[in-house]
Amino acid sequence: MNRKKLQKLTDTLTKNCKHFNTYEVNCLVNLFYTLVGDAAERPGTVVGLDRNAFRNILHMTFGMTDDMIMDRVFRGFDKDNDGCVNIAEWINGLSLFLRGSLEEKMKYCFEVFDLNGDGFISKEEMFHMLKNSLLKQPSEEDPDEGIKDLVEITLKKMDHDHDGKLSFADYEQAVREETLLLEAFGPCLPDPKSQMEFEAQVFKDPHEFSYDM
Amino acid sequence: MGVALTRSAQWTTVGHGTTALEITPLNEVILKEIILFVESFLYKHAQEAKFVFEEPLRWETNVEPSAFGSGYVVSEKMVKSEEVDKNGEPLLFLSVPQIKIRSFGQLSCLLYIAKETKLKETQACLEANRDPVVKILGSDYSRTKGKDSSALSMLDKIAKDDDPEYEIKTNIAMLIEQLDRHLLSYSLRHISSELRLNPSAIKNDIELLKRYSGNGEQTVLESIDYTSEYEFSNGCRAPPWRQIYGEICYVLVKPHDAETLCITCSAEGVFLNGGKIDAEREINYERKGKIYKDLITLLSEKSATFLENMAKQENKFIEEQQEEKFEPDDAPKKEEATTKAGSEKSTLEKNKINFGRNPIGKRLEPSLNWKRTVDLKDHKSSARDTQEEKLSSRLEKARPSVALGRAQLLRKPTDKPEEIISESSSESEEDEEPPDHRQEANADLPSEYWQIQKLVKYLKGGNQTATVIALCSMRDFNLAQETCQLAIRDVGGLEVLINLLDTDEVKCKIGSLKILKEISHNPQIRRNIVDLGGLPIMVNILDSPNKNLKCLAAETIANVAKFRRARQAVRQHGGITKLVALLDCGQSSSEPPQPSLYETRDVEVARCGAQALWSCSKSYANKEAIRKAGGIPLLARLLKTSHEDMLIPVVGTLQECASEENYRAAIKAERIIENLVKNLNSENEQLQQHCAMAIYQCAEDEETRDLVRLHGGLKPLASLLNKTDNKERLAAVTGAIWKCSISKENVTKFREYKAIETLVGLLTDQPEEVLVNVVGALGECCQEYENRVIVRKCGGIQPLVNLLVGINQALLVNVTKAVGACAVEPESMMIIDRLDGVRLLWSLLKNPHPDVKASAAWALCPCIENAKDAGEMVRSFVGGLELVVNLLKSDNKEVLASVCAAITNIAKDQENLAVITDHGVVPLLSKLANTNNDKLRRHLAEAISRCCMWGRNRVAFGEHKAVAPLVRYLKSDDTNVHRATAQALYQLSEDADNCITMHENGAVKLLLDMVGSPDQDLQEAAAGCISNIRRLALATEKARYI
Repeated sequence: MNRKKLQKLTDTLTKNCKHFNTYEVNCLVNLFYTLVGDAAERPGTVVGLDRNAFRNILHMTFGMTDDMIMDRVFRGFDKDNDGCVNIAEWINGLSLFLRGSLEEKMKYCFEVFDLNGDGFISKEEMFHMLKNSLLKQPSEEDPDEGIKDLVEITLKKMDHDHDGKLSFADYEQAVREETLLLEAFGPCLPDPKSQMEFEAQVFKDPHEFSYDM
Repeated sequence: MGVALTRSAQWTTVGHGTTALEITPLNEVILKEIILFVESFLYKHAQEAKFVFEEPLRWETNVEPSAFGSGYVVSEKMVKSEEVDKNGEPLLFLSVPQIKIRSFGQLSCLLYIAKETKLKETQACLEANRDPVVKILGSDYSRTKGKDSSALSMLDKIAKDDDPEYEIKTNIAMLIEQLDRHLLSYSLRHISSELRLNPSAIKNDIELLKRYSGNGEQTVLESIDYTSEYEFSNGCRAPPWRQIYGEICYVLVKPHDAETLCITCSAEGVFLNGGKIDAEREINYERKGKIYKDLITLLSEKSATFLENMAKQENKFIEEQQEEKFEPDDAPKKEEATTKAGSEKSTLEKNKINFGRNPIGKRLEPSLNWKRTVDLKDHKSSARDTQEEKLSSRLEKARPSVALGRAQLLRKPTDKPEEIISESSSESEEDEEPPDHRQEANADLPSEYWQIQKLVKYLKGGNQTATVIALCSMRDFNLAQETCQLAIRDVGGLEVLINLLDTDEVKCKIGSLKILKEISHNPQIRRNIVDLGGLPIMVNILDSPNKNLKCLAAETIANVAKFRRARQAVRQHGGITKLVALLDCGQSSSEPPQPSLYETRDVEVARCGAQALWSCSKSYANKEAIRKAGGIPLLARLLKTSHEDMLIPVVGTLQECASEENYRAAIKAERIIENLVKNLNSENEQLQQHCAMAIYQCAEDEETRDLVRLHGGLKPLASLLNKTDNKERLAAVTGAIWKCSISKENVTKFREYKAIETLVGLLTDQPEEVLVNVVGALGECCQEYENRVIVRKCGGIQPLVNLLVGINQALLVNVTKAVGACAVEPESMMIIDRLDGVRLLWSLLKNPHPDVKASAAWALCPCIENAKDAGEMVRSFVGGLELVVNLLKSDNKEVLASVCAAITNIAKDQENLAVITDHGVVPLLSKLANTNNDKLRRHLAEAISRCCMWGRNRVAFGEHKAVAPLVRYLKSDDTNVHRATAQALYQLSEDADNCITMHENGAVKLLLDMVGSPDQDLQEAAAGCISNIRRLALATEKARYI
């Protein structure tokens, strides 16, 4: 890709993105093409990161481990649902990942947790997401009992309208009361440490580094 | 207060120790009657009311000294009645909490004063004075003299005597006798209806019945036997877990005409129980019938033969029974009470163990509840019929392990009046209530306890997501409640929470700290956290880049570091430096515009840091560490903000640290005073308090005092003086005023602001902490004439003198100083003298604390100087002069100097000088001569010079080798010492031998220099001394030539 085209791409992306400045977008665009690698050279194919490549990045860079959650994060990035994250989705996704406001993050997380996309996190969905969260104790007769109980605890804590499932309003209220519940059903945002490492690595040119937009 | 009363009251105290009167309706009525009697005494029998008791009635009262009004001399801790006996002793003397009363009149008054608490006071009085009549009338009237004849014998005795006092005594005796009878008849009516059994009574009954049992026709029973051979030390045979219900023993009785009866004897009465369970030694403890008042009544009902034969034996039996009953010994009752308590405790403990042993008690719990409900129902029905007997006995068998905890609950329904056939006295309810209550508290525990235990399980066994959910859910419990705090600890939650802090998971750490922060308000939890090594981990978190984490860690440290070991741990792990570093946060302006998630603001970080430092700054070493870490400039910078949240911990820390000299210097250097003064004007009471406290600490330094004035701090201080509602703040404000008033300019300002009048107003009705400062401030103010006048005109002298009877050392030091300052004014001195202030000051010379002694002695100086007829006054204190002279044996320089000054004043009176000479003042003063302390030297020299005025004291000083050291005083740098010494030497030089000693020690040259001094007194004395020496020399020379 030639320089001019890249410049133009960066400019449009910067215009559409509210959390990054030109320099940062530039860095991220460069990173994107490094990651995509050879695939970009072949014309005709969609330029982007496919599911596996993206999951790999999530795992290696942001320390995520839960397959299911990573899948959901991929869907969160891949807005057009074409099975791969293109450059615009990459920038927008990372903008939320690294600089998103609490509102943006809540919206994103809720979408990640709402597995079937019906606007509610149901008990079944919770169970599904939490099922690996407890150590299996051989002594337990019913290994799922703990998980069920955990789901009940969560509902008690977050289900303000008592309808047995979490609407976005429930979720939002609970998170505003206790920020820790943002990622209630699994880590779908980078943890602060890996986020810092990532930013330090990608935006490493100290001369142009600045928080100001 | 009568003999019979004491008895009747005792009669109802079955099962209790000797020291307490039970609160029963009967006792209450008796007490009320007595109160009525005593209260009306003053009016009905005015003359008898003045009668002075043989011995005072003393007890510990709850009546506050402040409650006493006119007719009493009231001070902080003491009250004396103005009414006195013929020896001048007050009839009422209260020294908190002991009270002594010596007349009915005063008793009467006290009851009026006590108002609502009079019942308690009367009870306390009677408890403390078991034989009030003896105390009132003397041992002749002791109840041991016999019951009915006592009044007569009294009369006989008195008739022989015509003394009017005896007449009054008789009247009182009669009145008391009347009251006795009245009360006795009253109580008898009650006693007949109320009865509680005790082990000894039951034992007597059974022993007696045994004696009349056997195979014969005439016997009342075939056999009567205990079920258990073992008798506990309290006289009970029931197993301990049944004793808690008041059950004493079980007996198997075989009447002639009926089946064997298994009977439970309990404190409430006697009843049939479920009988022996075959093959086992167990008894079915369930009640199966009516409760009877004693064994005889029960058996009479059950067995006709018993009744018949009993009638035959009756006379004999009843006699014996009564004989035994009339030996009410208290010891077993007391024991019963204590073992009762003991067994309750052990039950509770056992309950606890049960909890511990059933960690999977989740399953146990429902079944426990089930049993509970079934049993309650069962019990209710069994009170009416015995149909369900079988079921209940089966249950009884099935529940040995849980019986303890549950069994107490069983008791409850029986307490309901409609289910008890025999009358239940309020007494028994009173007895059962505390354990029941505790049991209930315990019974509440499980629901939260189990839930918390479950959450802790998830904390232990969950991944990050589950952990966060569990942590958030745990926060929904009321963590301010001790039950929850301890539950978290008891299920091992603390270890897990602290371990979580050691992980990399920010969210878990935050959640964990949020909980730790809350529960660490509990002192026990704090200690546990320290024991589990929580502090080093939290200190490490202070380095975290996450500000929220830092804040939480600092806040938790602030809570935990409330005791010494914790503060030490914080310091040893480098926490102080890190906390000081937090203070620096609030300064950088380059705060990121988008605070990232889970983050807080920098100011908040600094606030939390200050909060933690405040807690830590209570240890000396930490204060040092804060200073070394550069905390003071940072605190000074934070002090410029206007957030109260921030200012309170910052000023709090400064105030705490200002006890150190280093800090005070630094506080001056950092110009902190200005901001402290500014914040005195804040609206926040706590902030005002800490600012005033900091000023109090710092104002020891003169420059600081001036700074406070220059920044306009005196006016807010003076105006805060009018707000007396918040005592802590008032103490801080008065403290600041005290220290500030050490500077004269400040005192002038305070006078302008009318602060002195206000201070005088604060001399009464204030806690000691405030009084110390108020009096201290007045002591400083009274160094000036105008203020002394103000204090006198505002009536400040009386309350000051009243305070002289206190016991607080700091207060006494200040009061004596203030009184001394006032005594400089002859007019004030008259008031002090009238209030007997000099005697009080003099008695303070006996105070064990040297500061008080010294201060009192200093205060005595102006008193003696300004009192009219000072010599006579001093002599009137019996043993006073000897006391003063003996104080010269003290080893405290300040005491010595002050006593020398006092002696100087005392010795102005010739007669007194003669007395102290006899007490050996000369050798004692001489012994002190070898000292380097200029203050002591000055006053010692003055005392010596005064004491020379009597007899051969001049010679004696020489003999005791006081002269040579005195000469050396002339080499001191202090002109005051010079003057006093020169005067002493002048006096001593009247004796030839002393002149020789002086000459030998080179006094002449030194004195010659003094003659050139601008001080006239010194000149004169030095010249006089030289002339005496010179004259002697001339005389010797002349003698040689003749």
